[in-house]
Amino acid sequence: MEGRQAGKESKPSSVSVDLQGDSSLQVEISDAVSERDKVKFTVQTKSCLPHFTQLEFSVVRQHEEFIWLHDAYVENEEYAGLIIPPAPPRPDFEASREKLQKLGEGDSSITREEFAKMKQELEAEYLAIFKKTVAMHEVFLQRLAAHPTLRRDHNFFVFLEYGQDLSVRGKNRKELLGGYLRNIVKSADEALITRMSGLKEVDDFFEHERTFLLEYHTRIRDACLRADRVMYSHKCLADDYIPISAALNSLGVQEVNQLKMSFLKLAEFFERLRKLEGRVASDEDLKLSDMLRYYMRDSQAAKDLLYRRLRALADYENANKALDKARTRNREVRTAESHQQRCCQRFERLSDSAKQELMDFKSRRVISFRKNLIELAELELKHAKGGGTQDTWV
Amino acid sequence: MSAPVIFDRSREEIEEEANGDVFDIEIGVSDPEKVGDGMNAYMAYRVTTKTSLSMFSKSEFSVKRRFSDFLGLHSKLASKYLHVGYIVPPAPEKSIVGMTKVKVGKEDSSSTEFVEKRRAALERYLQRTVKHPTLLQDPDLRQFLESSELPRAVNTQALSGAGILRMVNKAADAVNKMTIKMNESDAWFEEKQQQFENLDQQLRKLHASVEALVCHRKELSANTAAFAKSAAMLGNSEDHTALSRALSQLAEVEEKIDQLHQEQAFADFYMFSELLSDYIRLIAAVKGVFDHRMKCWQKWEDAQITLLKKRETEAKMMVANKPDKIQQAKNEIREWEAKVQQGERDFEQISKTIRKEVGRFEKERVKDFKTVIIKYLESLVQTQQQLIKYWEAFLPEAKAIA
Repeated sequence: MEGRQAGKESKPSSVSVDLQGDSSLQVEISDAVSERDKVKFTVQTKSCLPHFTQLEFSVVRQHEEFIWLHDAYVENEEYAGLIIPPAPPRPDFEASREKLQKLGEGDSSITREEFAKMKQELEAEYLAIFKKTVAMHEVFLQRLAAHPTLRRDHNFFVFLEYGQDLSVRGKNRKELLGGYLRNIVKSADEALITRMSGLKEVDDFFEHERTFLLEYHTRIRDACLRADRVMYSHKCLADDYIPISAALNSLGVQEVNQLKMSFLKLAEFFERLRKLEGRVASDEDLKLSDMLRYYMRDSQAAKDLLYRRLRALADYENANKALDKARTRNREVRTAESHQQRCCQRFERLSDSAKQELMDFKSRRVISFRKNLIELAELELKHAKGGGTQDTWV
Repeated sequence: MSAPVIFDRSREEIEEEANGDVFDIEIGVSDPEKVGDGMNAYMAYRVTTKTSLSMFSKSEFSVKRRFSDFLGLHSKLASKYLHVGYIVPPAPEKSIVGMTKVKVGKEDSSSTEFVEKRRAALERYLQRTVKHPTLLQDPDLRQFLESSELPRAVNTQALSGAGILRMVNKAADAVNKMTIKMNESDAWFEEKQQQFENLDQQLRKLHASVEALVCHRKELSANTAAFAKSAAMLGNSEDHTALSRALSQLAEVEEKIDQLHQEQAFADFYMFSELLSDYIRLIAAVKGVFDHRMKCWQKWEDAQITLLKKRETEAKMMVANKPDKIQQAKNEIREWEAKVQQGERDFEQISKTIRKEVGRFEKERVKDFKTVIIKYLESLVQTQQQLIKYWEAFLPEAKAIA
């Protein structure tokens, strides 16, 4: 099934990107097309920066190329002290496509109207998933463009400008496995480091951040999963109203007495409720679930930063020990000294930038939550008021 | 086979109206109490009657009854009135699984729910039964409502010998029904049967959908409660004070919304779903009554055929000139003439009764459904209004995040 991204108004923006009013590099996804098993995003850049040959240009990118860009940032030592914006999730239309297919295969017991309504619901769902994946990919690029250091990355320029395919084939099995193992090693490492006797956290700020982030990440992940389930239940309810409304209509049509109006009114009310539940489900999805999901990933990225800093601290500690040893033996002291100095400088550099990044993370989070919670409440109110007043029924 | 007399319907309706206003009797079923232990335990319900009718000795009185007592009452009423065309309200259904849980002593929410569901069903059953002007006059009903001791109804035990026999009889009846080809001379009956058949199908469809709704709303409630807890936990973790407070408020709102969902699920079930399932069973009783009319016609038909045969026999005896056999034939002819007359009277009577009953039933049905639909719509609107209140209270909290 094909889908196209229309204009800016239709984009759900659940995560606010603090752009700091800098317009020297503006990135957006101006169009997107969904094909059989991939999505093609048109990335449009407007910039007066000297790196680019034009003021305005577009390229077409697929999901794998976004992942390549993200990984390039993660693997770059220069950015070890920064929170790397989380990679957008893979576009996943499987479930939605399956449902549409099942509907097509048909249940002959439902009426034409019911079928049309169900089809409408599923198509809306498909479109919503599509819009979300576009938004996630866009936000990723926009955060990069807004960050004073990350925006100057060479790979980023290539991603934005290079007209051809970046030839980044999807990760093959070995690479995927490698990535998986890397994550296991990383978390084992992190646990090991933090329990190593002698590795004392020198800075209260970071000690607090570590405790905070570990707990926060777990809890926001929980909240996100449960918000998803609530949304799913709302969708089930909306679907349930379809056959109820149809049955009530049939009953009303068959009655010849005063009961006719009652049945028809109730049928109409259920139809209203159906639309309402559908909207509530999609708003909760955007304003709550998606926001929680985004900050779950972002808090993971923040945890990764802390881990890198701890690694740097461990390296520094080890370099200190090596220096002491070298001094006692009076062998290769200078090498040990310069190594220790490098480690120290790296650790301090990381700590400074990490502090700033973590404070930015907090303010970003607060702004985003505030915006989304307000919008959630306003939408819930709008829906409840729209579907609630029913004053002319028998 | 001549058509029965067409009745003056408007006169019938006027009679109904007049009768309708006289009924002042209210039944409540309450206070389920477990009696005994283990597999012999049972639930006893208090049946309270409030009435100003003179046929009762007191204006308010109550007795203790168990479920099998209700089944026994229905069994007696059905055996007396169904086959002459009265729509006897069916008793609530047995549930071996549900009851076993209660007996075994599981004090969890599913057995309390089961008991409450049953209590409500028993109450509705009695209310419908006493609303029936003919059944109200029945001595068995009065004994059920009034007397402190009631002989135990034994034929209603699940899977008892009698129970199995009844199942077999019902099956045989079903087969019989298929072979009776009644010469319906009154279109009214055919129309009505078709109407009830359609209504039955529609109600079953609706009921299945509403059961799904109840189930999903309960799931929504559980999921909302779980989310509320995790939002509270998240709020506790959050180190920005204002955001932390807002998240806690969100958790509170979601908890209240969960309450709303639970109340709505309750309304979905007890108002809507149970009404539908009651009427599905009531319509089965209506169909049963139409079937009895067919059997009655069959009996009359059979009597007429037998009479014809007896006359033929008489003619044959006259030709063969056997005086004693002729006398016997004449006796039999008289006997069967009487049976044919009785058959015709019975058929006319049951037809008349059914017309009246169907008229009364339809009136009740319209009233019942209208009342419930209005109440149910109110509950849905109420829920929306509560939601507005909760979100309106939350909005300033969200805006207060600095």
